[in-house]
Amino acid sequence: MTARERTYLGVPVSKPRAAFFEFTSCEGCQLQLLNNEATLLDFLSLLTIVNFREAMTEASDEYDIAFVEGSITRDDEAKQLKAIRGRAKTLVAVGSCACFGGVNQLKNRFNDLAWVKEQVYGSHAIDTREAVPLSAIVPVDLSIYGCPIKKEEVERVVTNLVLGKSIDYPRYPVCMECKANHNVCLFDLGEPCLGPVTRAGCDSWCPSNRFGCWGCRGPAEAANVRQLRQIMHEHGFSDEQLLDRLECFGGFADYVTELKRAAKE
Amino acid sequence: MLFRVFAKDHLINLYDILAVNHIVGPLCKGLDRQGAPLYDFDFIYDFAELQLDYTATIHSLKRFVLPPRETLCTFDLQKDGWRKQVDFNAYKPTVYFGLHACDINALNKLDKVLTGNVYPDPYYAAKRKNMFIIGVGCTPQPFCFCKSMGTDSVLHGFDLFLTDLGDAYFAEIHSARAFAFINSLECREPRQSEHQRFVEVAQERKSRFTCQVDTTDLTKILDLEFQAEVWRDWGRKCLSCGTCANVCPTCYCYGIEENVDLGLQHAGKTRHLYSCNLIDFAQVAGGHNFRPESHDRLKYRYYHKHRGFVEAFEESLCVGCGRCGQSCLASITVPEVIASVRGEGGDHA
Repeated sequence: MTARERTYLGVPVSKPRAAFFEFTSCEGCQLQLLNNEATLLDFLSLLTIVNFREAMTEASDEYDIAFVEGSITRDDEAKQLKAIRGRAKTLVAVGSCACFGGVNQLKNRFNDLAWVKEQVYGSHAIDTREAVPLSAIVPVDLSIYGCPIKKEEVERVVTNLVLGKSIDYPRYPVCMECKANHNVCLFDLGEPCLGPVTRAGCDSWCPSNRFGCWGCRGPAEAANVRQLRQIMHEHGFSDEQLLDRLECFGGFADYVTELKRAAKE
Repeated sequence: MLFRVFAKDHLINLYDILAVNHIVGPLCKGLDRQGAPLYDFDFIYDFAELQLDYTATIHSLKRFVLPPRETLCTFDLQKDGWRKQVDFNAYKPTVYFGLHACDINALNKLDKVLTGNVYPDPYYAAKRKNMFIIGVGCTPQPFCFCKSMGTDSVLHGFDLFLTDLGDAYFAEIHSARAFAFINSLECREPRQSEHQRFVEVAQERKSRFTCQVDTTDLTKILDLEFQAEVWRDWGRKCLSCGTCANVCPTCYCYGIEENVDLGLQHAGKTRHLYSCNLIDFAQVAGGHNFRPESHDRLKYRYYHKHRGFVEAFEESLCVGCGRCGQSCLASITVPEVIASVRGEGGDHA
């Protein structure tokens, strides 16, 4: 069956025009999309891709869905993002940088941004500002979490988008998936983990490989960070160790502020 | 019931006879921070892996009869409709070698819900009917409260139950299949002195349970204390992570998800075990959430286990294995929660 005849239960399915963009990021999330060769052709045949710098040369400015990776760290990026928002019916934030600022937002912790620029760029200063998620600049319709994103989740989101089905994410923490994978709890093995407060959907990717969660998908909908702090203490981990993880991807920004206040007391 | 006695070094012969099937049993999965072994049930490929003197496993046996994720059916989508395939995902008989009484009791309780009603669950039943269960006497742990729940011994739901008499195994035989297997070992009927020894071992085990839950009038007390402040205290600790339900041998709540493959030619229906502690457990169509507060969700978990189920089946849905409390990072344990609701026990929150 050719892509043009694509139907679902006999009903023709439209192929939305999709464009992929990146701002401040490693472009690893877009690479993830191209990574799963087994399903790549099916994935590409669901969409009419009109702009994907990492995968094709042609480019067009007419699209329905914009998948945007990366955080916004320069004024020209903000301007470009607004233009994309203006053209796209649906704007999807792809990955931790786009959703929360990602690893890039770690620089926001420094009070003196001029000093940071000097340290990083020396005399070749680049006009950057604080790293912010897409939602700080424009309204975002959908978020695909993770650093990197999970291809299976993107495929599910895109399939549901194309079929007009509702799109839902796990609201519970990673522990749920970690237990489903029959893992031994990393706290029992002496390793800190943000699994109890981080949104699931990754299929406990890191903990299943005996690597404690760093919270790349941001907080679960009922994230009891206060209790996790106590658990970390009971297992011999410091507030600094907890903060290191919570601050890493930017998803826990509100909790970090509260925790820093509590840690001072 | 029939009884036999056989020398302990013949156990490997029983294993070998049964090894033409899949064998699941307790094995050591690693060491914790204190160097203590961490046990779990898994497929056994060598008799030497089998740790019959295990303390307790992290997870229950549930994943073998009620997997956390299970494909219920798949669909081939065609132009004019669809073709449905159903697979109960039970392919081979499996021997469960070395279950404690609490875990066998847990299966018996699950049976009441999943096979005992008007609409039996065929996925569960298919796996359940393909089990050969060998129980073993346990070593009471400081967190086990099965004695309080009446599940420290088991009367049915197994093929064979082994009690260690020191130099021999005392075997309770509960099925014709088990009788056939045991007779192919070198065994004999127990002597009077061994009857005595069997009772002594059971008594001695009973005396070593230290953890208790007072279940007197518990259903009434739970109703009386519905608004008790202690629920909020526990709710503040709860991580809403679902770990308790995942490790529980009797939690069976699930959700069903339908997914269409990328190629739009196939679709599937998947069952996911869920937990009443998860934020959206009581969220209904239209978006209303009946239990947005974690203390409410935690409370209803206890109400289902210790009140609702008791009213429906004259028994609790808890077997007192203590896994939930052991796995809970926030240290929420059944004995402490119930004591606090009864107005006993002091500083819990």
